[in-house]
Amino acid sequence: MTTERDNINSEAPSLAADLLPAAKPMFKKQRGSKTSPLKVILLVILALALIAAPIIFQGFGQLLLIRIFAIVGLYIILAMGLNIVVGYAGLLDFGRMAFYAFGAYAAMLIGVPLAQALGPQLGGWAYVVSLVGGAIVSSLVGFLLSLPVMRLRGDYLAIVTLGFGEIVRICLQNNFLGLSNGAQGLPRTGQTLPAPPGLDWLKMNVYFPINDRFVIEFSSNVYWYYIILILLVVAIIVVRRQDNSRLGRSWAALREDEVAAAAMGVNTTRAKTWAFVLGALWGGVAGATFSYFQMVASPETFNFFNSVLVLAIVVIGGMGSIPGVIVGALAIQGIPEFIRWFAQNFLSGAASGIDKTVSNYRNLILGLLMVVMMAIRPAGLIPSKRIKREIHGAGGSDGSTRVEGDVLVNGVPAGIEGATPGGGEGA
Amino acid sequence: MFNYIVSQLVNGVTLGGMYALIALGYTLVYGILLMINFAHSEMFMSGGYIGLGVLNLLSNKAVQAAVVARLPFLAFLQSARTFFTGSTIGMILMLLIVFGISAVLTGCLGMLTERFAYRPLRNAPRLCPLISALGISIFLQNAALLWIDNSIPFPSLLPTRDFGFGITPIRIFIIVTSLILLFVLDRFVSTTRIGKAMRATSQDQDAAGLMGIDINSVIALTFFIGPALGAVAGIFSGMYYGVVTYNMGFFPGIKSFTAAVLGGIGNLRGAMLGGFMLGIIEALASGFISSGYKDVIAFVILIIVLIFRPGGLLGESVVEKV
Repeated sequence: MTTERDNINSEAPSLAADLLPAAKPMFKKQRGSKTSPLKVILLVILALALIAAPIIFQGFGQLLLIRIFAIVGLYIILAMGLNIVVGYAGLLDFGRMAFYAFGAYAAMLIGVPLAQALGPQLGGWAYVVSLVGGAIVSSLVGFLLSLPVMRLRGDYLAIVTLGFGEIVRICLQNNFLGLSNGAQGLPRTGQTLPAPPGLDWLKMNVYFPINDRFVIEFSSNVYWYYIILILLVVAIIVVRRQDNSRLGRSWAALREDEVAAAAMGVNTTRAKTWAFVLGALWGGVAGATFSYFQMVASPETFNFFNSVLVLAIVVIGGMGSIPGVIVGALAIQGIPEFIRWFAQNFLSGAASGIDKTVSNYRNLILGLLMVVMMAIRPAGLIPSKRIKREIHGAGGSDGSTRVEGDVLVNGVPAGIEGATPGGGEGA
Repeated sequence: MFNYIVSQLVNGVTLGGMYALIALGYTLVYGILLMINFAHSEMFMSGGYIGLGVLNLLSNKAVQAAVVARLPFLAFLQSARTFFTGSTIGMILMLLIVFGISAVLTGCLGMLTERFAYRPLRNAPRLCPLISALGISIFLQNAALLWIDNSIPFPSLLPTRDFGFGITPIRIFIIVTSLILLFVLDRFVSTTRIGKAMRATSQDQDAAGLMGIDINSVIALTFFIGPALGAVAGIFSGMYYGVVTYNMGFFPGIKSFTAAVLGGIGNLRGAMLGGFMLGIIEALASGFISSGYKDVIAFVILIIVLIFRPGGLLGESVVEKV
């Protein structure tokens, strides 16, 4: 079916173009993607900075800083997965941590015995298998979850996913089927996680003292930073391409108006299933990497509040926008950690107690920010162009595309609608 | 064995009374705005905190001393303390004051959240008010954690006696009070003029507006009644478990939402029925299956109901209008 795209591009008056009235210029822009030289230079500088950063931090002994970046990276991957579900397909998911948990626990359950079986020589490669295994398990769970919830409306879906997330956490806490080792988590006492491939070699061989204060060396923190950076770049490329694909367009149609999308021939079931599966995939990847990075997977990590945190990253950063998600993760997960790092390193005495206060106030501000953002900037800090158009819309009749109230309301002349106190549709 | 079952049932009805009170808040708001008020569980929490605050102000010597030191005009409270704590009439009066003030203040808090967080979003896409409500919930939880305390013990006001079958004064109190409140609310909505306005608004907001009903006032009233009932349940919870915590609303909130869905969301009697059913199911399940999984049971029921009978037991099936 190449006709759909051709129609849009040739500016032929088509039904598809009516469905997505704003889509025309966007696809054109993507076709002739010209990036300015300035942008390229900035990107190269950013890439070099990201590559050099952990070595420099390691050299100065700021291990915490590397860990902060690594954790922020994991949250970006996690939020990218959620972004597929919430931002692209418009399905609310309040239980994101469930997929993170499946990734982490699957990686543990696969990795520990596999490393023993492979022996000390090859044991490191257990991480790679765990990563793939975690991603597969998590996607499978996403697929299974998508089956029953396929027909649920937005807010019910939110509650069911919340329930799912809590069920997963409570089951893990109660040592479900004897697999999860209860509140203590995995690995069990006596078991150890294998080091990832090449880490030992790098630790042994990378050691270049520049002077007596600065040494270029490798640690597991640096190693995981690079792994997460690579995964992040892969995630960005893959998710970007998905958004611009046929599947991405059916997600957009689904998000704007499910019934209209189905009427235009979009296979909404297929689009929803893929959104769940692909969203869960990145949750699993992040979870598997997280468990190896932290060397532990315990149920407390996967609580409801962390699910909210990921949702807040997507919502505040900008639904459906990859730069938005990155900025959101830096702001929500990064800034409080940087303040904490700063307090630990440069403040002393009473002021160093600031880090506990920071994390408390972070959550308070987060809640307030979610409310304020919805009121003044519902499309997020760096909005996706498509979503911005949807929310601000062209003209007042835009509400009819998503409000489940009567279409009649929008058909009523504006004068009468204005006479209603509140004048709103019932949504 | 028989004793055990009956005492679990009594426990379940007690829980059910609380769930029914909270569930009404969800169902009232959903009936009118078609929105899940995620912050409702924090109304329950706020009710518990405010109730405890008022209670301490009336009966706790140390708290009174600390408050009077700053606000001398409240000195009369100190002389009233012996009356409130000493006599039965004083005790009843004190409970009435505690419940009354907590319900009114929490109701006002509910109206405030509606005014500032939900009203601006009334024409926004559906996701927006939901996320805003989640934000309010996070905000209120952390405000309670930061400015008040993580968890505060709640004094047990009623005598601890067991009349057999697990029937204790506190349980009788909770069951009777919640039944009275449920009855009053039911009468209020089905017989008074304001109740009629509420029903009209939930049926068709725009038509109700055209008939001269002030929609904004009705919605504000809804956001007063729901949280006020939630606050009563919050104090019940404090008295029952002997503690209030900043996150005490999460599980009761979700369970009450389940109760509202189970009974048919938007349907008042459904919410009451669902509340009691869920309370009993939970008590029996935690008594006979496993208490570790008792919170899972509510979620499983929620998911099953939503998938197989999204209209709930008493609700009509929801047809999606285009």
